Amino acid sequence: MIKNIKFLGLLLTLIIIFIILLKGLNISKNYSNEKLKSKVDFSLNAKKLFSDEIINISDLFDKNSPSVLNIWASWCAPCREEHKFLMKLKNMNTNIIGINYKDSAKNAKNFLSLLGNPYSEVITDNDGTKSIEFGAIGVPETFIISGKTNEIIKKYIGPLTSEDLIEIKNLLKENV
Amino acid sequence: MSNYLGNYSLYIALIASVYLIFKSYLDANSENKYLDKNFVLITSIQTIMITVSFFSLVAAFVISDFSNETVFNNSHTLKPLFYKVSGTWGNHEGSLLLWLLVLSIFLFIFLLNSRSQDTKYKLLTILFQQIIISGFLVFILLTSNPFKTLYPIPSEGLGLNPILQDPALAIHPPILYLGYVGTSIIFSASLASMISGNIGDKWARHIKKWVLISWVFLTIGILLGSIWAYYELGWGGFWFWDPVENVSLMPWFCLTALLHTVIVLQKRNSFQEWTIILSITTFSLSMSGTFLVRSGILNSIHTFANDPSRGLYILSFLFILILMSILIFFFNQNKISNTVKENFILSKETAILVNNWFMMFFLSVVLVGTIYPIFLEVLNGSKISVGSPFYHNLLIPFLIPFLIFMSFGPSLKWIKDKLKKFNYNILIIFFVSLLISYVILTKTENSFLLSIPLIVLSIYLLLVTIKDFFVSKSSISQKISHFGFSLLITSILLNGLFSNEFNSNMKVGDERIFNEKVVKLKEVNVTDVDNYKSLKASFEVTNKNSSFALYPEVRIYQQPLTITSEADIKTTLFSDNFLVFNIIKDDGYYNVRYQYKPLMIWIWISTIFISLGGLLSVIRKNDQKY
Repeated sequence: MIKNIKFLGLLLTLIIIFIILLKGLNISKNYSNEKLKSKVDFSLNAKKLFSDEIINISDLFDKNSPSVLNIWASWCAPCREEHKFLMKLKNMNTNIIGINYKDSAKNAKNFLSLLGNPYSEVITDNDGTKSIEFGAIGVPETFIISGKTNEIIKKYIGPLTSEDLIEIKNLLKENV
Repeated sequence: MSNYLGNYSLYIALIASVYLIFKSYLDANSENKYLDKNFVLITSIQTIMITVSFFSLVAAFVISDFSNETVFNNSHTLKPLFYKVSGTWGNHEGSLLLWLLVLSIFLFIFLLNSRSQDTKYKLLTILFQQIIISGFLVFILLTSNPFKTLYPIPSEGLGLNPILQDPALAIHPPILYLGYVGTSIIFSASLASMISGNIGDKWARHIKKWVLISWVFLTIGILLGSIWAYYELGWGGFWFWDPVENVSLMPWFCLTALLHTVIVLQKRNSFQEWTIILSITTFSLSMSGTFLVRSGILNSIHTFANDPSRGLYILSFLFILILMSILIFFFNQNKISNTVKENFILSKETAILVNNWFMMFFLSVVLVGTIYPIFLEVLNGSKISVGSPFYHNLLIPFLIPFLIFMSFGPSLKWIKDKLKKFNYNILIIFFVSLLISYVILTKTENSFLLSIPLIVLSIYLLLVTIKDFFVSKSSISQKISHFGFSLLITSILLNGLFSNEFNSNMKVGDERIFNEKVVKLKEVNVTDVDNYKSLKASFEVTNKNSSFALYPEVRIYQQPLTITSEADIKTTLFSDNFLVFNIIKDDGYYNVRYQYKPLMIWIWISTIFISLGGLLSVIRKNDQKY
């Protein structure tokens, strides 16, 4: 009898611990640090991927509504995963600026002609320095940038997910 | 090529594992007297396959084969060869493959080393060990395959986390894993002995070797991690109560308790159930360690992988194993024959039991501090951070009774001891330690009431353990380990009592006066080294009549962009001088932290003594015939 009570008690404790840890797994660890909110340096110049023409990046941003900036590369597997979400954003008339990170122009153009081009403009970043100016640490990364105040509203490290997409849609609406 | 080789050998190993599970289950139920030769054969094939798989990953890292996703994410052509190789286990996928490799090698060694054991017991050990191995194999193949390919093949990798580019850290995970995985053998063997009903002195002698080996590796593994944190992280301490440090400490407490209990089982054929419970708990804690680190459930500098599906798998696997062991424990409890009639208060058995109580107390404190924040966040969404004050306040006062027990417990006799006649030696030692403590305590200003008994007792214990080398009849390995432990406690206490530091913003040419020392920042040189940019500062510390230079460094890595601080540490037998600096902004000022830490090196040396004792015991046991 006592043995059974011990056994059931232990079992119950285990199940409770299991459930709590299971819940703990689902708490999102979103490290997008609010304190990192900073401004984009609009004095940067960059070369366009398709026309080789050098432009000032401030020309790429829409002054009245927020833009999405996406750092990608053709060799980056997670970029391929998030590509469909960028296409969805494009279909909602979002201004998406691409930064092509450490890539060959040929591969990059192939990637876009194969999967579709979600970007209103792509600038090249052969040595990775431009991405660093934006505070990126890898590919892919996505920034929501206000055109009015050139502030970074939100930063996503790693490939976008469908939840991120919903959040981005809301952010874009809120910040018009 | 190596991708396919590595991947398919894992599948072959999985087939071998499934075969062994069924075969050992069937054979254990039939009354076969001898172990089928196929077991050793299939196990060796499995071990070879996993070895092939592991080395094909190493090869991919060495030749920088970026068609492999793991290599691409964690390596770089510019990295030195040594770190390319260590990069193999510096990431989630590779480290699991290493776990698996050690698991299978240990089972293989176990099979070779347990010829004299009962066949059913061996079969059941194989069964449980293969359940663990297959669990890890499926985990690797489903959620963390290290052989995923990339196309088109990138021309350059993303680099290893630069704070992992350190020799101590490169060998720290493998050593720690040897300890963790060793506990899996103890787990499987204790479940097997529970079912086959052979728990007793003979089994204790046999399993003690594994307990010792795991314990030695775990101790050295923790030591290396601590050394890495001290030299590389530049936080100026050796233990931070970081959750990931804690998960390696918890199995250590449990294993230390088991190490002592198994001796009672061997000598007195008692504490059977307790030994089994400790074996199961030790392994569960090691596995939970893997879960907590690899699932990203903890917020820590160590959590590199962050994938809930992985966490879900390890969590379920862990709980299936625990559930299985609880079922086995409860349904086979009646097979344990408790032969001991009476326990006397004054005996070695009781002393070891007291040691176990203390270990369990320390374990519970660390366990609560580590996982309570997770529980709280789930239950009511509040975030708390448990830091060193919690652990210090709960652990340190209990060191006082612990030290008292440790000073006389080990010299008690088995079964029943008498209160001896008044021992003048002990009294002399006690007064000597009082005297030494008085001298020490007059030199410090912050003398809390608590620190007086702590210092007195730790020095007393140190002297007693030294005395034991000449007087006591206990084994040399025990003497060395206990001496090492008392040295560790003494060094930690004195280190804590006498450490001091200053923190200041300085620019080139500045001087700061601190505790009769002058610290001067002479210059900062910027150079480009292999894969990072280096800012090397030159400091001069002038004492009353001597001076020395310190050269801390800040490294700026490009791949990925990371800034690390390399502290410069001047180590002598008596103290460490620790200096680290950081870039603040581009205005010429640097943040400088200077620390004076007495007896730092003795913390490492004493831990080496502790593990040396265990190592000696392993070697000695191999010579013994039984």
